[in-house]
Amino acid sequence: MWEKLLNLDRRWIFLITAICVIIPFLFPIGFPTNVTPPTQQIYDKIDNTKPNGPAVIVTFESDASVLPELYPMATAIVKHCFIKNVRVILMSLGMQGVGIMQMVLEDVKKEFPDKKSGIDYVLMPYVPGSGIVIMRMGEDIHKIYNVDYYGVPMDSLLMMKEIRNFSQVSLVVALAGSGAWASWVVYANQRYGASVAAGVTAVAAPDAYPFLQTHQIIGLLSGLKGAAEYETLVEDNLNFKTKKVACIGMDTQSIIHIVMIIFIILGNIAYFVVRRQKKNVS
Amino acid sequence: MRKLVPLRICLVCGIVMLIQFFIPHNYSQTFFQYALDWLIVCGVFAVVIGLDSNFRLHLTRIIRRKKGWGYSLITMVAVLSVAFIGIKFGIGADSLFMKIYRNVEVPMDATMFSLLGFFMASASFRAFKAKNKEATVLLIIAVLMMLGRIPIGYFMWDKLPNLVEWIMMYPNMAAQRGILLGVGLGAAAMQLKILLGIERGWLGGAGD
Repeated sequence: MWEKLLNLDRRWIFLITAICVIIPFLFPIGFPTNVTPPTQQIYDKIDNTKPNGPAVIVTFESDASVLPELYPMATAIVKHCFIKNVRVILMSLGMQGVGIMQMVLEDVKKEFPDKKSGIDYVLMPYVPGSGIVIMRMGEDIHKIYNVDYYGVPMDSLLMMKEIRNFSQVSLVVALAGSGAWASWVVYANQRYGASVAAGVTAVAAPDAYPFLQTHQIIGLLSGLKGAAEYETLVEDNLNFKTKKVACIGMDTQSIIHIVMIIFIILGNIAYFVVRRQKKNVS
Repeated sequence: MRKLVPLRICLVCGIVMLIQFFIPHNYSQTFFQYALDWLIVCGVFAVVIGLDSNFRLHLTRIIRRKKGWGYSLITMVAVLSVAFIGIKFGIGADSLFMKIYRNVEVPMDATMFSLLGFFMASASFRAFKAKNKEATVLLIIAVLMMLGRIPIGYFMWDKLPNLVEWIMMYPNMAAQRGILLGVGLGAAAMQLKILLGIERGWLGGAGD
């Protein structure tokens, strides 16, 4: 029996995984989320930003493959900014990220229809250059971005008249599925002294901890859990009721983690039993 | 000449930019801003060169009917048609370009990444075995991490998320910092080798 289990067709595992992923999405359980300090630090920084004062930059440095983890982070942060009347600059150093930020904006604007482009937020277009773009922003944002995503001249945007470089930026939240967020640490934080926070996929989170310890990033959102924590903070502290996509995702993640632990335990039991049986035979 | 000119440009620009960083004078700052503008222009050309290289690669595959040439054809058609749609009809929120992006590219990308979950589940069953001491430590930490990152772990033991955070903040960070230091020193050495013309791989074959 154990040998049979050890050689189990992996399609059964795929089937069990699929069921465990789909069911919690259809019937959310609603596990409560505990908030970790790295998430709390980002929340506090944005929460303490002066309304209609310095801006928060939210930048998406990945393609669409990491959307399930990073998209809820982006929406939760932008919602938080809109609730607190904090100005937001949405951008990306990559080609695909700009489209994603536009999607984030459209989604959030459904709940904040009174928020206006150029007054409450600005969506930046794609400019090639990656790290160079950050350095140019540190000198003068208007020099690198002449127009916004919709083609409106930067100088005519009310909000951007006061925002010229990182001195008028409260926080940069760099969302990435890889180490791309580190460009913001190297250029914006080290060269221009901007406060930077990172939002990364769970697998990329361990890489960010050395920067957290040295305060080169002021906070960290780790994977879907980080997004769920931020959604919880926004709902609990600001009494803002909304669909918590990451929290629903955490139900799935909880179940699938348990299933994987069961797989590991069963796989190990089968492995040792079969090994002992083979030893006894020989 | 083919090697010498780029090598000299690299040497001069590298050293000038290096010195500039330590001089907070007006002239130095103005030069830095000019350099940034130049680099942006170079970045734009890099996109053009990238596209050109991409087209050459796939066109060659299609013309010579190399293995998998059909995929190259799909790539070419996709790139050209999406570019045409974007240029002709715009890239606004409700444009066809954005509809293609939202309804084709985003689900395809997410699907590819989601497949990882299934392979990880299969691998956890087949490959994650406590065969020796090191594997056992890895396995225990992995299970702790998986439990500590989900609400159920918090219910099982309310200190578990703190323990996981401690693992990330200390043992993990110590290892990561060691790796980062190695990478940083390696990068500095490599940059010096490029500036001095010892490393010539970036010349794209011209340095051979």
